[in-house]
Amino acid sequence: MTWIEGRFEENVITTTMEDAMNWGQQSSIWPMTFGLACCAIEMMATGASKYDIDRFGAGAFRATPRQADLMIVAGTVTCKMASRVRRLYEQMPDPKYVIAMGACTVGGGPYFKYGYHVVKGVDLVVPVDVYVPGCPPRPEALLEGLMRIQDKIKQRKVTRGESQLPVPHHSGYSALNV
Amino acid sequence: MDINEIHAILLEEFGEAAVGAAPHDCIDPWIQVAAESIVDVATFVRDDERMRFDHLNDLCGCDYFEPDEKKAKKFDHEPHVEVVYHLSSMSLIHRMKLKVSVPRWKDNAEGSLPEVPSVSSVWAIADWHERECYDLVGIHFTGHPNLRRILCPEDWEGHALRKDYEMPLDYHGIRNR
Repeated sequence: MTWIEGRFEENVITTTMEDAMNWGQQSSIWPMTFGLACCAIEMMATGASKYDIDRFGAGAFRATPRQADLMIVAGTVTCKMASRVRRLYEQMPDPKYVIAMGACTVGGGPYFKYGYHVVKGVDLVVPVDVYVPGCPPRPEALLEGLMRIQDKIKQRKVTRGESQLPVPHHSGYSALNV
Repeated sequence: MDINEIHAILLEEFGEAAVGAAPHDCIDPWIQVAAESIVDVATFVRDDERMRFDHLNDLCGCDYFEPDEKKAKKFDHEPHVEVVYHLSSMSLIHRMKLKVSVPRWKDNAEGSLPEVPSVSSVWAIADWHERECYDLVGIHFTGHPNLRRILCPEDWEGHALRKDYEMPLDYHGIRNR
């Protein structure tokens, strides 16, 4: 029994093209199977049955960047890994989104001062859409980050060729999407 | 087998030029070995009936140096680097440490790495341990079959666990500080 059941019997739905497209895309954000350090354990927990990232349509972890929409950079990015992260990002098809998960990817984290080999934030390597702080972030925090990505997709003006940044809100709905 | 007995055996076998002191008033007693005779000593303690050190638990590098001039006065070690061999015997259930001390730079020329003979021919696992030691502490293991960096990228400069190591400002265009 889903919320949509019984609501639209033998009816016509009117919507806009971009709403339908954005609705489709935000409901099937496929992340890339990609974990660098301990945050990946928490990302796996998010994917498992208790937190169940599949509720948001983002449970289909793809083993190749060419099928993925979302890169969750989970874990410490080292200088040696940075070029690989960049290459994986470039291999993803547009539209693509990046979540920086955890303190290390947000800004170097505990390695900021004395880590000789850690990139001080993955935004020095790839453009980041949503930062999820924490060491590691709780699965709820990652799901919140995923919902912010969904807000961002929801706000895209595909047909009008302009985009507005959503104002994040804890309810899961962005302020522009009235 | 007690460390003093092992020390006595090694002294008898190799003489005082190769085997140094064995301080035993500490938690982890060790035996100091001269760098050029480490392979002979290692082969001996592995094969000798009384010791049978068939397992190299770990091989560490250690940099004794204080880059801060103020703190250097209180630093009670001569600047040097050490290689520590943690050995144990699976059949006789006993342990031992060997240490090799070398100057921080070969011939006091900064940048030229000190040399220690490789024990990878004695214990095969020493291959990777020595690569890591070379990568991070900067000790050149002579006679090693494949002495390349194991953790840092191949084009990395410097050896990161040296006390006077300076972090690079950027690495391939990625800001590092």
